[in-house]
Amino acid sequence: MNLFVDAWLWLVDPVNWQGSGSIPVRIGEHLFYTGLAMLGAALVAIPLGWLIGHTGRGRELAVGISGAARALPTFGLLFLFVMLIGVTLRGPSTVFVLMLLAIPPILAGAYAGLEVIDRRTIDAARSMGMTEWQILWKVEVPLGLPLLIGGLRSATLQVVATVTLAAYVNLGGLGYDIVQGIQLRSYDQMLGAAILVILLALLFDALFAVLERYAVPRGVRAGRDTDVRTTPTGRRATAELTATT
Amino acid sequence: MIEFRSVSKRFDDGTLAVDDFSLVMPSRQTTVLVGSSGSGKTTLLRMINRMVDATSGELEIDGENVSTIEPVQLRRRIGYVMQNSGLLPHRRVIDNIATVPRLNGVPKKQAHERALELMDTVGLDRDMAERYPSQLSGGQQQRVGVARGLAVDPNILLMDEPFGAVDPIVRADLQQELLRLQRELDKTVVFVTHDIDEAFLLGDQVVILEKGGRIAQKGTPAEILAHPASDFVASFIGADRGKRALSIQTIDGAQVLVDGDGNLAGRLVEAGPA
Repeated sequence: MNLFVDAWLWLVDPVNWQGSGSIPVRIGEHLFYTGLAMLGAALVAIPLGWLIGHTGRGRELAVGISGAARALPTFGLLFLFVMLIGVTLRGPSTVFVLMLLAIPPILAGAYAGLEVIDRRTIDAARSMGMTEWQILWKVEVPLGLPLLIGGLRSATLQVVATVTLAAYVNLGGLGYDIVQGIQLRSYDQMLGAAILVILLALLFDALFAVLERYAVPRGVRAGRDTDVRTTPTGRRATAELTATT
Repeated sequence: MIEFRSVSKRFDDGTLAVDDFSLVMPSRQTTVLVGSSGSGKTTLLRMINRMVDATSGELEIDGENVSTIEPVQLRRRIGYVMQNSGLLPHRRVIDNIATVPRLNGVPKKQAHERALELMDTVGLDRDMAERYPSQLSGGQQQRVGVARGLAVDPNILLMDEPFGAVDPIVRADLQQELLRLQRELDKTVVFVTHDIDEAFLLGDQVVILEKGGRIAQKGTPAEILAHPASDFVASFIGADRGKRALSIQTIDGAQVLVDGDGNLAGRLVEAGPA
């Protein structure tokens, strides 16, 4: 119990909230790398996932790549890339490794979101005279959005937790306080920083949970109240998906 | 007028769905393609709006070969009603009906006004305009589907087993509604079904299909019923059994009709003015 009190005292100590290596600066660094990695991963994974989901081609490839990428040891990869690309470029290589971590869940969310849509709905849209782009933007993207956000949600959680490792290549972030805490045996600082990482993760999780809920189109949500047989969307399907990929 | 000339379709997996099919579907009439599954009836229907492209042969709409028309443009001028309505679940009824006019660049207000008129046409309460498809019954969804098919006032309306998924009472209701609509609107309707009763009820021209889109017989319902071209047709339309095989029995000098199951179907009277 004492340890938690110490950690709390470390967290609220005004000294730790000012200056160059203070908590706000570390949180800022942490969020910066998280945001950059998520942005990069989204820019790669969303268009690719939509392409796979829309055409139905390359699904096996995507599943394979996702599965393999999930098995990659992030920590080892981080050091490998920093050494390969060079210490001066450790920022970009860290972001790159984090991107590799974030791409699989986003990719899976993007293509699965399109895949779970009733084929008859797509067929109807096409036979009405929608172009392929119109089918994508007016039908597939809105209906697939909840699963995509689910994918972004689990990717963000993984990245927020993993950015902690950036401290090992001297890039700061909340991991810096943890690593330094280990070396200095100052457990209050270690635990305090760890709590902050957890809080960040919970915050993002809550944010995405709300987004996910609002991403469900009104008509689909309206149907759920009256018809329990609608296709699985949202969390349940995300869970199934993570289990299969 | 829609004309098929020696049209064949072989799918990528090698299945020959339609083999050398030729038929004229006259304008402003209802042609019903009827057959069991595997008869290629849906494939034939979907060739008209190029959802399926023929492997060989020619298909013309009013003398214009469909293969020369860009698919998206072609589809936007042909109404299409499918089983399970195919409505967009995330759009309100009014937006579903207005989809194609909106794609064609009709202003929203105008498209919505037209959509409301169409709801009257197909017998839907205007109050339902703001609802989502999932909040409607199966029969109501099909009405929305028909309204959407009519939204651009197309000459041709394709209907792929549109009443296949609703219960018999609602189906009978929708069938009568379609007959009424057809009297008012005078479209060229191509209707696909596996239900011979539905085919006889709705069709000006009924085309009975065997496997591979081979025409077993075509004609008016009366022609087919009077002279089934083959045992297959006779068996398919049930000419030799059940409620279509009526016989006359005389009871105390009056003539009554008995069907193939031995049930009384009615009594014979002088034919009055139709």
